[in-house]
Amino acid sequence: MGRAKLPRKSTAIDMTAMCDVAFLLLSFFILTTKFKPAEAIAVTTPSSVAAKVAPSKDFVLVTITKDGKVFLTIDDEQKKELVANSLNTTRNLGINVAAFKKANFIGAPLSGLNAFLAIPEENRKGDQLPGIPCKDSTENELTIWMQVLNEAYAGSKMELLLKGDNLSKYPAFKNVVAAFKKNEIQKFQMVTNPENAPAGSELWKKSMSGDKELDN
Amino acid sequence: MAELDTSGGGHKKGPGVKKGKKLSTRVDLTPMVDLGFLLITFFIFTTTMSQPTAMKLILPDDKVKPEDQNKAKESGVLTIMIGAENHIYYYEGQLKPDGSNFLSASFNGENSIRDVILKKKADVRSRAIDPTNPEKDFVVVIKPTNECNFKNVIDMLDEMAINVVKKYALVDITDNENELVKISDANATTSGSN
Repeated sequence: MGRAKLPRKSTAIDMTAMCDVAFLLLSFFILTTKFKPAEAIAVTTPSSVAAKVAPSKDFVLVTITKDGKVFLTIDDEQKKELVANSLNTTRNLGINVAAFKKANFIGAPLSGLNAFLAIPEENRKGDQLPGIPCKDSTENELTIWMQVLNEAYAGSKMELLLKGDNLSKYPAFKNVVAAFKKNEIQKFQMVTNPENAPAGSELWKKSMSGDKELDN
Repeated sequence: MAELDTSGGGHKKGPGVKKGKKLSTRVDLTPMVDLGFLLITFFIFTTTMSQPTAMKLILPDDKVKPEDQNKAKESGVLTIMIGAENHIYYYEGQLKPDGSNFLSASFNGENSIRDVILKKKADVRSRAIDPTNPEKDFVVVIKPTNECNFKNVIDMLDEMAINVVKKYALVDITDNENELVKISDANATTSGSN
């Protein structure tokens, strides 16, 4: 008879604290997200098992599109200025240095560089631009660019990246590499999408056994 | 926390004064929490997770005189040529004049180039004289033709990483080999369409 009555507790939980946490996380993610800027040059890179993350600053990026056009992106604004100035003095191009510094990428022959810089930034689309002429060893303006870049980066490390489209043909790659070689640049990195080593392969076994010597 | 004190502070109203019905200010926050977490998941998924990776490639110096260049033993060399439409051809050692050791392979599936590389590697290992460095003589020469695309070249270089080939080189194709690849490519496409 004398059963102790348990006080009835409400099942409604105060959601406020949870709500606070949710929105705190939300604001954190919103603030830290960097939306991918719409790329002016559309390139789908092949994938590789390379595990090293591509450098995201102080890089010089050479892009090969699927129709074999070559574009150049320089990350460092100071180096861009140096490049523009040295092109102006050695080749008398009369480039607008400020516009050159602002340009996200270069995609025109040296002779048409001023016209290229006159196009508004948002209208520079990879498929409508001529690209840097890089046909063969005789007509290879990338060699000039690499030479100027070499001078601009003298004394500091240049992270040279090559980003090629899956469908670009090998000769385009060969000509770009030829331009690097001419300037005695023997080391460069190719931008790829990450991929896991196939199960059972030697690299896979190596990484399974904890060998850290993967960075070749 | 979320509710406010609405008890009116004990202010007594006279008799006959109608009390307005007190509405609870307590809001159900569950949908808001739902929405919050939904957005969180959205932002988590749209954040760029996969950063592009970089594959290193070191080119040989062209200026080195031929006599100073590394000589590869014929028995340890595997030459791989990449033709149009993902076709791969290979030969071991030197190409015979009649082209009898000119064989074809594919990127994956049966008769894959990976098996060919591994077989050759095992072969070189079995014949090694120096047990400390059994793969000393193993060299893979990659010769892309003008018809192959960038992906094929990267895939092939990747294959070197996957199979842990220490010595490999990207070399220009000779005219002779180019001709052979072209003929084989043409054969492969015609037989494939029939």
